[in-house]
Amino acid sequence: MISEPFALGNSQMHRCDPRIRLVSATAYAFGVALFHEFPALAAALALSMVLLSFARLPLREVLKRLAVVNGLVVLLWLVIPFTFPGEALFHIGPLLASRPGIALAAQITLKSNAILIAFIALVATMPLATLGYALNQLRVPDKIVHLLLMTYRYVFVLEQEYQRLMRAVKIRGFQPATNLHTYRTYAYVVGMLFVRAAERAERVQQAMLCRGFKRKFYCLQEFKAGRGGLIFSLLMSAALLGLVVIELR
Amino acid sequence: MIAGTTLINLKGVSFGYPGGPPVLRNLDFSLNSGDRVGIIAPNGSGKTTLFHLIMGLLKPLSGRIEIFGRHVREESDFTEVRRRIGLLFQDADDQLFSPTVLEDVAFGPLNLGKPKDEAIAIARRTLAFLGLDGFEDRITFKLSGGEKRLVSLATVLAMEPEVLLLDEPGNGLDIRTRAALIEILRGLDLSYILISHELDFITATTDTVYTMQNGKIRTDQELSVHQHVHAHPIGSCPHEHCPPE
Repeated sequence: MISEPFALGNSQMHRCDPRIRLVSATAYAFGVALFHEFPALAAALALSMVLLSFARLPLREVLKRLAVVNGLVVLLWLVIPFTFPGEALFHIGPLLASRPGIALAAQITLKSNAILIAFIALVATMPLATLGYALNQLRVPDKIVHLLLMTYRYVFVLEQEYQRLMRAVKIRGFQPATNLHTYRTYAYVVGMLFVRAAERAERVQQAMLCRGFKRKFYCLQEFKAGRGGLIFSLLMSAALLGLVVIELR
Repeated sequence: MIAGTTLINLKGVSFGYPGGPPVLRNLDFSLNSGDRVGIIAPNGSGKTTLFHLIMGLLKPLSGRIEIFGRHVREESDFTEVRRRIGLLFQDADDQLFSPTVLEDVAFGPLNLGKPKDEAIAIARRTLAFLGLDGFEDRITFKLSGGEKRLVSLATVLAMEPEVLLLDEPGNGLDIRTRAALIEILRGLDLSYILISHELDFITATTDTVYTMQNGKIRTDQELSVHQHVHAHPIGSCPHEHCPPE
């Protein structure tokens, strides 16, 4: 089952207005992505950790998510230092590792971790439905928001259908191997999933028409920023400004 | 509502899916106010198709559909139909698409142009009527099968329809939810058509039961579901009775 392990909680972060968290996370991500200086990037990583500590999330789960991204980062470390031109720092056999190459790989590592941790702390701590409505209130176009919400709603139904298909395949003794039969079976499963998704979409649309759907959705959720939200946005702005100062110094 | 007014009137309606055999052939049927009609028929006999024709989701190949005394043909004619007739889908996952229960139930009233607080009030009232108090903020896809069915019914009832079309409402429900649903349907002051495979469900909730045959509803042959109790020696062994000569 696809789950949202961080969405439920009662920390200060969870209680903060989702709109403020969303805007903060976006501004922060843009800022950090543009930084080049190591002091600023290190400070950003530290700030992300502070944000994470406010969200009080299970550390194991957070590390699992970070591991996914850092797998990709390891791949970059294997390539960038040896392909980026510049002053050589050391060599392994005929391969030369350049100083700017290593610096670049280090920057990417710091940036991606800082941004990811901040997003886990700020955005993953709200249920996806709430994220949708927060985006809606921030004037993100209706169509995008509804694509997001409908995808979220039906991804679970499709997952169930996928599980059902896989069960049907397994109880008839299917064992995946490296052969044409396996590829064909998977292709059938995926194809069938598309067919079922399309049919489901049609029935959902019919159900919506029956309830007088006029291509407009209505959001019932209302958000209140409150004093906590105000304090949080001030602190975030100050921190971001501080990071910019360190970067430009 | 005046008893005996014709709500739905189908005359000589035929329908078939592209490339397939005709599903409905020259079907005549009418529903009067106060009627609670059950239709019991094998799979693929066109029951669901019939509902979709009434709601304007499918267009008949020939024949005439009159709803609330008006001949309906165009998509725009069905806006009114969909407001006054509620269709409960076979699969609740098709009907519930909003993240939370309250939003889903309020969706219909909002589409009818009700202001937000009134729509919420209607939604809460409907949920309470179905014994679903406290379900407002539940996530729709995390409900159990029975809960999904009842919430689906709430989304339909929240539009305050005059007629209900119920497509296999008792299917796959546990005994308690099933009994609750039967009680709810019996207590409704609405006319409805109910499709079901389950004899006991259909007899508990409807006054008249018809069957479908060769693409038609056999209104000339009202079914009466009944059972006999009798006793004789060695009656506990499996046995059959011959029909009277």
